[in-house]
Amino acid sequence: MLKVDGLCVAAGELPLVSDVSFTVGSGERVGLIGESGSGKSLTASAVFGLLPDDVTAAGSVRLDGVAEDLVGASENLLSRLRGSRLAMVFQEPMTALNPSMRVVDQVAEARLIHRTAGDRAAAHRDALRLLEQVRLRDVAELGNAYPHQLSGGQRQRVLLAIALANDPDVLICDEPTTALDVTVQAQLLDLIVKGVKERDASLLFITHDLAVVATVCERVLVMYGGRIVESGLVAEVLTSPKHRYTKGLLDASDLESVDERGRLHAIAGAVPAAGQFPSGCVFRNRCPRADDRCRVQPPWFGEPTAGHACWHPVGGDE
Amino acid sequence: MMVILRRAGIFLLTLAIASIVVFAFMAVLPGDPAQVALGVNATPELLAQTRHAFGIDRPLPVQYLDWIGGLFTGDFGRSYVTGDAIGPQLLDRFEVTLWLVGAATVVAVVVAVPLGTLAAAKHRTASGTVVSGLSQLGAAVPAFLAGIVLVEIFAVSLRILPSGGWTPPDADPVAFLKGLVLPALSLGLVQAAVLTRYVRSAVLDVLGEDYLRTARAKGLRPTRALIRHGLRNAAVPVVTVLGLQLATLLIGAVVVERVFVIPGLGSMLLDAVGGRDLIVVQDVVMVLVAAVLVVNLLVDVLYTVVDPRLRRAR
Repeated sequence: MLKVDGLCVAAGELPLVSDVSFTVGSGERVGLIGESGSGKSLTASAVFGLLPDDVTAAGSVRLDGVAEDLVGASENLLSRLRGSRLAMVFQEPMTALNPSMRVVDQVAEARLIHRTAGDRAAAHRDALRLLEQVRLRDVAELGNAYPHQLSGGQRQRVLLAIALANDPDVLICDEPTTALDVTVQAQLLDLIVKGVKERDASLLFITHDLAVVATVCERVLVMYGGRIVESGLVAEVLTSPKHRYTKGLLDASDLESVDERGRLHAIAGAVPAAGQFPSGCVFRNRCPRADDRCRVQPPWFGEPTAGHACWHPVGGDE
Repeated sequence: MMVILRRAGIFLLTLAIASIVVFAFMAVLPGDPAQVALGVNATPELLAQTRHAFGIDRPLPVQYLDWIGGLFTGDFGRSYVTGDAIGPQLLDRFEVTLWLVGAATVVAVVVAVPLGTLAAAKHRTASGTVVSGLSQLGAAVPAFLAGIVLVEIFAVSLRILPSGGWTPPDADPVAFLKGLVLPALSLGLVQAAVLTRYVRSAVLDVLGEDYLRTARAKGLRPTRALIRHGLRNAAVPVVTVLGLQLATLLIGAVVVERVFVIPGLGSMLLDAVGGRDLIVVQDVVMVLVAAVLVVNLLVDVLYTVVDPRLRRAR
């Protein structure tokens, strides 16, 4: 459904995302995980064709049924795809709705823009139905409210309703639950999975939370330093990681194991600033297993959909 | 509703305080209106008689209450110089000034909103920079200078518009409009330059908002997204500045009315100051102060129309 090939994103001369390739099959749910600054959100924005002004993308992003490459496509084409075939839910629900427009009108607008509703009255009815689908109660009253009268969880549901309004083929979610309470988070994740399943839509789900990936996704891509360092089925990657970075992430998420000093595991050091990543393997300055060989960029080992880019994979040459 | 009622209360209180300040200023000004009216050779008896006729021999609080009570019933007192009732003339003059300030405001908004939006949307390109530069330049030009230049071009060289004078709208609408163009432009363009800068920064702020990204994500093109979702939210700071600018416009009108020989409040004020007709000065200043306060009240009401978040009564 979605095929990303050799995607590079750069701010001027500064590379932010390098040579990212992956596919998302029809109806497949793929997670994209990594720490802040690993380039996950930029990758998603580049796929969606909505990068910040001074950031440019190169490479290829293909969507089934669209003859042109989405990278470098006209605003005209992208506007037609956005909100109809490609939809996106962003991280911050508190500020993502227009404060001076009634909630129901903001949902109805999504139906009107792409002429999927016959007229205003039909769009309004559709909007109420969509709000019901994301399990909001008293939609007639709630729809007439303004965003400031809704909670964060309610707002994110409204944004999900907007994203699903035209039954997209691909839904991209960029940390949609990060700003929400844990209790609200689980309900929203359910709604997202239900929403894409009902529409047989593909999902690209960005998060830094491994537990969320395990709940929502079938396959996972691990990103670090603007590159995909490992990919595979969620069950395999999360139980027997190959890349040292993935291993570090999993150890850091394990709240039951501690090191010899009785502290939780952590990955040494911090994510470098963009452009400060080492040459060769991007993880080598934080990796306990790094040696001279890692000065050379590791190739991709394994299948395109399941493999890693590490010279010394876990359970490998040791 | 509560917000508006509370705001109206504040308005009335401010008006009352303003009236005391205006009255006190006039009272402490040096110069005896009776002396001015009668000349230096007037006898003490005649002076006392005139002071009594003007009512200025009474204690100040009594004078104040008499004046303010009169205002409530539409009685603005009588001119020290001509002896005529001030009310009717003040009303005529106020109407003229309202036309001028209103037209100037329309000029300012019609010029500033599209230009400021353009400057923000294209802030990285040449056209955006040119608009920003021009607005900076325009903001530095005083209204009377703009007036003189406009007269030079359109009245003296091209001869397509009158260089001054005033025709009431009901007498000859075409002549009225022709006479209004140059003064409204000279008063409005300078304000437009200032307002453009505020519109630009308000729109720039809105362009960075998440909800504009949501609008794009729905499939709206950049321009449509900005118009449908951006402009209304950018309006709050712009309305604030517009309200403040109206006060500047009223003061600017005083000068521009002089340049274009327009019989408005401004020229009435200048004449009254020249003739030491203190009661007229007092009335005109009070009307101007009231006008500014009314504008501020309207701005507050407008806020709640524009931004639903401000509608809650607290």
